[in-house]
Amino acid sequence: MTMMNNNSISARRRGLFRRRLADRIVRLLSTAALVIAIAGMGWILWNVCARGISVLSWSFLTESTKPWGIPDSGIANAILGTLEITLGAALIGIPPALLGGIYLAEFGRGTRLAGIIRFATNVLMGMPSVVVGLFVYALMVVPLGGFSGVAGSLALAILMIPVVLSTTEEMLRMVPDTLRESALALGCSRTRATLAILCRSARSGLLTGILLAVARVSGETAPLLFTALWSDGWPRDYFTGPTANLPVLITEYSTNSPFAEQHAAGWGAALTVTVMVLLLNIGSRIIFKEKHHVR
Amino acid sequence: MSDEIKISVRNLNFFYAGNHQALFDNNLEIRANHVTAVIGPSGCGKSTHLRTYNRIFELYRGQRAEGEILVDGENILSPHVDVLELRRRIGMIFQKPTPFPMSVFDNVAYPLRLHFKLSKSEIADRVEDALRGVSLWDEVSGKLKTSGLALSGGQQQRLCIARAVTAAPEVLLMDEPTSAIDPVATLKIEDLILQLREKFTIVIVTHNMQQAARISDYTAFFYQGRIVEYGRTEAIFTNPSNPKTEEYITGRFG
Amino acid sequence: MARTMNISDTTVDRTFRIATGAAAVAIPLLLLLFIVQLTWGSLPAWREFGPGFLIGTEWDPVAGRYGALPAIAGTLLTTFLALLFAIPAAFVTALYLADAPPVFGGILSQALDLLAAIPSVIYGMWGLFVLAPIMQETIQPFLSETLGLGRIPFFGVDGDGFGFLTAGIILALMILPYISAVMRNVFLMTPPMLVESARGIGCTRWEAARDIMVRYGARGLLGAIFIGLGRALGETMAVLFVIGNISEVPTSLYSSGTTIAATLANHFAEADGVLRAVLFALGLVLLALSLAVQIFARYYLMLTNSSRGEK
Repeated sequence: MTMMNNNSISARRRGLFRRRLADRIVRLLSTAALVIAIAGMGWILWNVCARGISVLSWSFLTESTKPWGIPDSGIANAILGTLEITLGAALIGIPPALLGGIYLAEFGRGTRLAGIIRFATNVLMGMPSVVVGLFVYALMVVPLGGFSGVAGSLALAILMIPVVLSTTEEMLRMVPDTLRESALALGCSRTRATLAILCRSARSGLLTGILLAVARVSGETAPLLFTALWSDGWPRDYFTGPTANLPVLITEYSTNSPFAEQHAAGWGAALTVTVMVLLLNIGSRIIFKEKHHVR
Repeated sequence: MSDEIKISVRNLNFFYAGNHQALFDNNLEIRANHVTAVIGPSGCGKSTHLRTYNRIFELYRGQRAEGEILVDGENILSPHVDVLELRRRIGMIFQKPTPFPMSVFDNVAYPLRLHFKLSKSEIADRVEDALRGVSLWDEVSGKLKTSGLALSGGQQQRLCIARAVTAAPEVLLMDEPTSAIDPVATLKIEDLILQLREKFTIVIVTHNMQQAARISDYTAFFYQGRIVEYGRTEAIFTNPSNPKTEEYITGRFG
Repeated sequence: MARTMNISDTTVDRTFRIATGAAAVAIPLLLLLFIVQLTWGSLPAWREFGPGFLIGTEWDPVAGRYGALPAIAGTLLTTFLALLFAIPAAFVTALYLADAPPVFGGILSQALDLLAAIPSVIYGMWGLFVLAPIMQETIQPFLSETLGLGRIPFFGVDGDGFGFLTAGIILALMILPYISAVMRNVFLMTPPMLVESARGIGCTRWEAARDIMVRYGARGLLGAIFIGLGRALGETMAVLFVIGNISEVPTSLYSSGTTIAATLANHFAEADGVLRAVLFALGLVLLALSLAVQIFARYYLMLTNSSRGEK
């Protein structure tokens, strides 16, 4: 048998040195890529912090934005507007997303319809946010004749829905069937059983999903350009008029303004948004982690 | 058959992460071209012991072995030994079949291409030899291009054995190779092991006493990380000298 | 499950079921509405320019002539550059993270997740004020003069720091964490025994990853790439700030240009009449591209799945 004939092939070994060298090189590249990615993040965050902190002050956070040249300009109206728009998005988007997720997990298992819905959800999740903005622009802004905060909320809600929907489904699926069956066996109606499971077992998972979705949309800019737009005033006309918000403020101040003061204010707003988004993000992770340790 | 010593384990101690000791002063002499069975209750360290021979434990952080394992007189635990070459010389078969996600042919050819520069026809010849060697050739010669994962469990395990022998190793380590396989396929693999003994030194971990008795020439009994008894299989099974061995073999614990 | 439903078929249950069903069905309908709405809105543009709109290069608001080629070509170029930089980097990063000690790897992965959480407008702003000047003063001269790449046609010297290469780099940094997080999970899901078998026949770590883990997780790795592709295609703000925003077909890596998303964001304010229809048409193209990415991904994954002979 040739299989055993060691001598004939031992002379034709591949060089171990080259194989090991390739391994070393890849290892080095791995470390390098990671260092570059983390350093890139550090660099960005450093710039945001360093340039943002210098403009932060009490009046910066409590005064409204003002046209260039007028003293005591702040970003408070944009902060409030962002809160309004994001809250509105959550109110519009979360209920249908929860219901849809419940449907997929509880009623639609294995059906063709569920397959279609899941596919549509995935497509919607991968939908560029600028297209969503354009869509809401055509759906609301054009027919109603003007930009409004609520149109911004609708756009952000559409971005939130697929995220919340699929986390809801996932979380409910992680709940063992025995729990469902025992609730039903106790004589609970289907509705009560599902809601009880939602509130108890899947709660932290859902909260995580919702917070992550909120974090994700609260820094979104492109859809707001088409919907909420921008205003120097306080956000009083949420339903009827353009509403100030942080992301569009950053865009306006850094691309449409030649003034260093407004660039600086843009960095201040950037710092505010980044802190907000990262806090939401870290918060949701902590909630999820704690729950997992308890279980 | 010669009675030459292939592997000589001297004062082997093994530690998992956190300095948790799993093997204590193991001493063992594995004879070439024989089957040595390693038996003992679960958690006794038999797999751990086997996994030091090809230093596969080094994949995991914090695990370390102390002492000496001499293969043909060379201490393979020494940092100067090349593990890639060591693992070509010492093949391993696992509890479950682990075909690579590639065709039947490529599964067997993979180690050849990895270690040698051979022509296509040489590779094809060797793959055929290896598959014949594990009596799989007749079953798969028509579907060499199908995925290795499409074979039955027993066939997959024989495929893995073919893959392990194709790069011309000297020793085969088998870690409960039939634990995930049905009884008929198990018998085929046992027959195969007896044939492979002609060309390779085989060390097999098994929890199946009948299997150890059927196929092994020597048996080592492990208990709590120590080698309690080692000798010819007939001797161990008919006349164990240690009460623990007797208890285990007669099925009183384990 | 259906049996239990029949027993407690109360009005509440029925309402609940209908409500959840309606919410779920609304999702595909919403998607359909997207397509209808954008098609409807873009009709005037198609009527005016015909299918030639897709390969037209003109962008003349005064004459009212518009073509989509600069935006489409720009989108494809920036996406290509982003993937070119991000895929290998994400691949090796994921390998490193999957192999790092659990605690350390976990922390690094969380850090990468945070990188993905930073809003894109921040990337854009950083690109505008920090990266673009560096590109102009240091990196582009280095590439074209020091390395002598300037003599190759597409790598010519012609840059103020705003352009495709800058946009590609920022996009790569943005999508890297997405791709690498999914890839890391794919690597972690490889059965340990399979990895041991690969290493057990004498593979180096890299050989085991290249030949075994990549094949085993091919579907997941592809999925990761498509996630990155989808994000890069439609990203607006990070590109808008650094692309230069002129409607010209790319002539060089450093030249200014535009993408579909950037064109949409840039012209919305002046949008009226045929320009508005043109923007809808561009939106439709972007929608079609991202739909195609999704469908192709799913189809391809299905294919890989069956050819791997899984039961």
